[in-house]
Amino acid sequence: MKYKILILDYNVGNVNSVIKAVRHLGHDPIFSKNKKDIEKADKIILPGQGSFDFAMKQINHLKLEKEILEHVKKKKLLGICLGMQILASVGYENGKKTKGLNLIPGKVIKFQSKKKIKLPHIGWNEVKQEKKNKIFDNILDKADFYHCHSYIFKSLNIKNVIGTSRYHDKFANVINKDNVFGVQFHPEKSLKSGLKLIENFLNLE
Amino acid sequence: MNKIRIIPSILYRNFSIVKGKNFASWRIVGNLQQIVKIYSLREVDEIIFLDLDAHKSNNINYDLIQNFANECFMPVTIGGGIKSLYDIEKLLKAGADKICINTEAFLNKSLISEAVKQFGSQCISISIDYKTYKKKKFIHINSGKNPTKKLLFDWLKEINDLNVGEILCTSIDHEGMMNGFDVKTLKEINSKSSSPIIASGGCGRPSDVSKLLQKTKVSGISIASMFHFSEFTPLDVKNHLRKKKYKIRN
Repeated sequence: MKYKILILDYNVGNVNSVIKAVRHLGHDPIFSKNKKDIEKADKIILPGQGSFDFAMKQINHLKLEKEILEHVKKKKLLGICLGMQILASVGYENGKKTKGLNLIPGKVIKFQSKKKIKLPHIGWNEVKQEKKNKIFDNILDKADFYHCHSYIFKSLNIKNVIGTSRYHDKFANVINKDNVFGVQFHPEKSLKSGLKLIENFLNLE
Repeated sequence: MNKIRIIPSILYRNFSIVKGKNFASWRIVGNLQQIVKIYSLREVDEIIFLDLDAHKSNNINYDLIQNFANECFMPVTIGGGIKSLYDIEKLLKAGADKICINTEAFLNKSLISEAVKQFGSQCISISIDYKTYKKKKFIHINSGKNPTKKLLFDWLKEINDLNVGEILCTSIDHEGMMNGFDVKTLKEINSKSSSPIIASGGCGRPSDVSKLLQKTKVSGISIASMFHFSEFTPLDVKNHLRKKKYKIRN
């Protein structure tokens, strides 16, 4: 069965590559912020680049929070990069504390390490599959994915962390709770493994 | 930890892919669509595309970039002729993942701080070209053509405050010579920069990359001439690095 895929249009950064990847996988995604479209969608992808506070401002300005929360009661959602971060309860970026969508309890903070580290964490890094999950189907454990971020998701509950990487210290980069998934890296820019992960998400029942 | 990225760079001028020596004596080395297709099939880590004419002609070729980005399921950095936030926005819409700015960053630093604020540091990088005169290193702008009075490390200090995503560093003296990187300077740049560094200029054989990495672990290596003029491919570089026990993408 073909699902109706919606890529949420909430004015955050470069989404073409996400649209392109979903098309490449044989789907015909809608790119929209229309509430009716959100209601009808079987799967939502939340893309995003930029800052936590800006993204939440857009969500609030477009009044999309209620629709998103309604959607995930029954259907699946995947947040990518910043789209993953705003799944958290709260984010600390640009010196501000901003409320997130609170779909996966946790907070988003700047990368910290005892050592002096270069930010953003940019480039290919391997993802350790901490838990078995359909989203990892036919993807090798420790496959490489393309990362580009300075902030990380600190999950309140370790059981929601299903994939991790190390950049000096360990951090969560695949999270899942019920119908909600988030990936810190860019699967749409991660060649075969990335396309496979998106495909797995789109095929989830 | 992060893997070392091997990044083919594509230099575009007069509707062709070109390659020069020390930023001069340009030769046509191929057709864009063809080269992108090859890199895409070879699943390279990333691609850097620099349009050398765009600055002069005041004309960024968005259609070209869109066509080319369509082929790529890996990160793509685009540079050349970018002068405003509007240019950046249009390039991102055309499919660029990262934007690389050189001349305009030098002439107008506030463009960079505004761009970082608006689009995030992850997609804004600065490119710097430097050349040595009597042991002193000076910044050049306009695709290497115009020398400035700014010293390399003074400029780097200023860039550190701009919080950009990456810095692409090219030694004009080494560029296109295929005799190895400017290891000593790149080491100093990497230790003084708070952003990740992409080293460029001088790679002639895969062992040049490991010679650089032995001294300083830069984030990425940009290579043009070697992939155009020698039999070495990105995979050869990776196989060499793998043998040397460096972490690279599988």
